[in-house]
Amino acid sequence: MLQALLHQLPVLQIVLPLVAAPIVAAFGGNGRGWMIAFATSLIAFAVAATLFAEVLDGSVISYHLGGWAPPIGIEYRVDILNAFVLVIVSGVSAICLLYARASIAAEVEEKNHAFFYATFLLCMTGLLGVTITGDAFNLFVFLEISSLSGYALISAGAKRDRRALTAAYNYLVMGTIGATFFVIGLGLLYMLTGTLNMADLAARLTGYGDSRTLRMGFAFIFVGIALKLAMFPLHLWLPNAYTFAPSAVSSFLSATATKVAVYALLRILFTVFGFDSAFEANVLRLIVLPLAIVAIFVASFVAIFAEDLKRMLAWSSIAQIGYMLIGIALLSHEGLMATVIHLFNHAVAKAALFMVAGAFMLRAGTTSIPDLRGIARDMPWTSAAFVLAGLSLVGVPLTVGFISKWYLVQAALTQNLWPVALLVVLSSLLTLTYVWRITETIYMREAPAGVRRSEAPLSMLIPTWIFTGLSLYFGIDAGLTSMAASRAANALLGASNLFWQ
Amino acid sequence: MQHHLILRVVARLLLPPIFLYALYVQWHGDYGPGGGFQAGVIFAVGFILYALINGVDALTRVVPPRALILLLAAGLLLYAGTGIATLLLGQDFLDYSALSHDAVHGQEWGILIVELGVGITVAAAMTAIFLAFAGRSASVEDKDW
Repeated sequence: MLQALLHQLPVLQIVLPLVAAPIVAAFGGNGRGWMIAFATSLIAFAVAATLFAEVLDGSVISYHLGGWAPPIGIEYRVDILNAFVLVIVSGVSAICLLYARASIAAEVEEKNHAFFYATFLLCMTGLLGVTITGDAFNLFVFLEISSLSGYALISAGAKRDRRALTAAYNYLVMGTIGATFFVIGLGLLYMLTGTLNMADLAARLTGYGDSRTLRMGFAFIFVGIALKLAMFPLHLWLPNAYTFAPSAVSSFLSATATKVAVYALLRILFTVFGFDSAFEANVLRLIVLPLAIVAIFVASFVAIFAEDLKRMLAWSSIAQIGYMLIGIALLSHEGLMATVIHLFNHAVAKAALFMVAGAFMLRAGTTSIPDLRGIARDMPWTSAAFVLAGLSLVGVPLTVGFISKWYLVQAALTQNLWPVALLVVLSSLLTLTYVWRITETIYMREAPAGVRRSEAPLSMLIPTWIFTGLSLYFGIDAGLTSMAASRAANALLGASNLFWQ
Repeated sequence: MQHHLILRVVARLLLPPIFLYALYVQWHGDYGPGGGFQAGVIFAVGFILYALINGVDALTRVVPPRALILLLAAGLLLYAGTGIATLLLGQDFLDYSALSHDAVHGQEWGILIVELGVGITVAAAMTAIFLAFAGRSASVEDKDW
């Protein structure tokens, strides 16, 4: 019985939130929706953790949907890399839902709560599905499930600010273009190989050589995913989307959606196309690496001058994605390791920061930076969480941000790319500038006369501090994350010779 | 639309064949082109035509919005429930062979049930989307921007 349950875990990971979503939509009134969603996310996290423990030794789980063996049928394939991402997505979902209850009650109209949590579950289903599937077309389907529900989640911020609607609409247009490009690219690859299973695609492309169709396929898929992960200069949908979304959604999406897109990019780049594709190496070296560095500097500069805390955090996300892309573009074991570890590190730090912004929104009614003067006096715990998570964003030692920057600088130095290493270190100064700017405002400015704001409720403080605590804990003891990242990088490097068990 | 006698009469004549055709596409999906998605869209077209001729209020009297939401959920649950049933019968998710004494019948029943779920959800979703647009009450005012 237990063995049968373990065998079915990969599909349960997806099916549980998928089934919970319509139940919440139909019967989720009066707070039941939150309870079902939260319980489901906890179970999903338990499933992901079990899968992670199973594949930690480097083994691969392959699940055949409907009993149809790949490459004909759809395959769910769990290895160390996507198990790591599954843990991130399901864990962040659970903690964000814990936070969402009080935050969403204030920011979304009561009659929409059931739909909100149903959509949240669908978004989670989509993100988990993108991560777990071993079938490239299935990846597209899940990518669209997560994106479509993501647009709806962002538009739920319309009660607070109607601009959430245009933000969601812009994201919809850009995201749909991205998805279309992805499918066009996939169609070209299907034309060449006649298969959609990633491992099968990889095997067939290895001996294929080079052709213009293949290059076009690669370019379309790459641009499609780059739109989804907000790679500079395709990032324009992101600042407004994260600024106007409900705080819990900003926190959830910033920690998961772009991370899952980075994961999809890693899969396509290294599992499907393989490490030895010269065209891919050129694209990464000549286009992605410079763009990523420009992204870090431009986005950080914009963040420094942002007038709104959430907008500042959104621009900072674009800069942080730049670090992940540098790690990919270095095309080495250390670089990939830095990217994978930064997936986790940025997820926990940015989730904590957006949660702080949500707490300010709840108590002060705004996230406009000038209006947050002296708020640390009234909300000491929330403000302390901001400083600690902000330090992690900067990359101060003993925080997770330091670990990922350390690996990134090391990876650049081993290839004698010292200008890249230098720029990465220099960019931390910019990060420090915008984090300091907020710290100064909330701690050292006088609060406006006669304004008192109470501390955030415990149901919001606890999730914020869980993320802050994680970003400190894994900064001091990075054993688990760096081991997982290192093995994931190994798996990606040797991905071309993966076959079904 | 009360004064458009021709439209009303023709619509009334068309509605039964539209629903019948939707059901044909639904159940004939095994043997020919068709299936749940197409059938669901055609079925919703019947409702939408009804609302176009008789007004949105008349449609919400026939299918209340609450019923639409329940149908939306029911279709998806029927689909996923089939998968869970196959899990409980000891097979992989959506392996219909477990549904009957022999694999061929199991596969046939499985796909029929699943497509019915798709049809219900698509029909309800299409009608709900139409209602969301046609039943809009307040427009966005200038000061909201």
